[in-house]
Amino acid sequence: MKTNVMVINEKDNVVVAAKNIAKGETVSLPGGETFPALADIPYGHKVACRDIADGQDIIKYGELIGRAKGLLKKGEWIHLHNLIIEE
Amino acid sequence: MEKIQAYQRPDGSVGIRNHVAILPTVSCANGVVSMIASAVPEAVPLYHGHGCGRGGSDLVLHARTLQNLAKNPNIAALLIIGLGCEIISPEGLQIVASLAKKPVQTLVIQKEGGTRKTAEKGIAIVKKLLEEASLIKRVTLPLSSITVGLECGGSDAFSGLTANPSVGIASDWVVDNGGTVILTETTEMIGTNHILKRRASCEEVAQRIDGIITETDATAQKLLGALAKLSIAPGNMDGGMSSIREKSLGCIVKAGNRPITQVVEYGEIPAQKGVVIMNGPGYDTESMTGVAASGAQLILFTTGRGQPLGFPIVPVIKIASNDVLYESMKDDMDVNAGAVLEGRTISEVGGEIISLIKRVIGGELTKAETNGQNGIVCMYTQYTAF
Repeated sequence: MKTNVMVINEKDNVVVAAKNIAKGETVSLPGGETFPALADIPYGHKVACRDIADGQDIIKYGELIGRAKGLLKKGEWIHLHNLIIEE
Repeated sequence: MEKIQAYQRPDGSVGIRNHVAILPTVSCANGVVSMIASAVPEAVPLYHGHGCGRGGSDLVLHARTLQNLAKNPNIAALLIIGLGCEIISPEGLQIVASLAKKPVQTLVIQKEGGTRKTAEKGIAIVKKLLEEASLIKRVTLPLSSITVGLECGGSDAFSGLTANPSVGIASDWVVDNGGTVILTETTEMIGTNHILKRRASCEEVAQRIDGIITETDATAQKLLGALAKLSIAPGNMDGGMSSIREKSLGCIVKAGNRPITQVVEYGEIPAQKGVVIMNGPGYDTESMTGVAASGAQLILFTTGRGQPLGFPIVPVIKIASNDVLYESMKDDMDVNAGAVLEGRTISEVGGEIISLIKRVIGGELTKAETNGQNGIVCMYTQYTAF
């Protein structure tokens, strides 16, 4: 299946939707791995590509961009509602 | 180590273009520059809107920018056109430009007896300089002599996801071959102090990085008040950004991930190779002027909305962040990083940029060069003129 997400950095635990992905639709990584989207994910938005435990680092561009609010399952949409930003 | 075919300058610097440039000291001389450039289209005019009515820090900044632009190694020879009563003296500029040991001549309109007489003399000088410059041939030189300026302008939600990371691959390649990349647009580093500091080659550089970002952040807050918070705007959030740091990460990724060796001021020539940060504005034309003065022979420019602008003496490679832009402005875009959205990898697009860099260094024209999108010299100012 053709990939519908972008991997920015190998260390990342989120990937970015290249097009709108509806809840239940398949998220398809460039390496061939697939899993269902657990929410609607608009293009340009982040989706977890691994399970991320409560309070764990969320990594994009190989860098810390926030921490998980609750357990974020693979396929979950990641945005302001479930990402804690510490400045 | 990668080799290139380029022009060896007498001061040891290396040009990838062999331009004869005409540089006014002050905007009042632009008309004469234009007459000469119209008569001799092979010469490159460096029009600008400054050169007088400045004091203090702006005078220092403008004088340095003009001096260092004159030294840019893509210029083989230079004709300076002064008016005669401006604050930046043409003779002074000639003395500094001559330090680069290339042919520099000066004409002053008030001494020559006006527009036509100056232009007439200027046309003859430029023709002669072009003849001499045509004798300089490309020779084999190391890529380490190249400085690449990095820009993003007219960005969209994909700039930080496709185009900028692809440019980051090319930046690492330049630095690994001993060259230099210049990351600038300090406003677009806000929120990433600790990340950039960690990459600094020494404590002093780390402190400078922290200093310029903190200062820019404070200036933005002072100028914009509550609006400063909107530098992460609702539109950015709708586009998938959760914080200003995440947005800035998408900008700084252009510089790859090698150590940061120096922080320079606007238009200052770095003493170090590697990743250098130039403290400067986000506005495209001002920013390109600054990196050209800092010695960049080439600029990589990412855009999502479609910025066609180039720079007079420096080839600018345009990298589109999405397919729609690439297709609609194909005549202006050199690379389509939007292919990442269709399944190409960032390393593949990075590789495509590297191969284009090699060809452009060797003389292939960029779209902006072909289109004559030369733009102007637009200098950064802190205060209004008096």
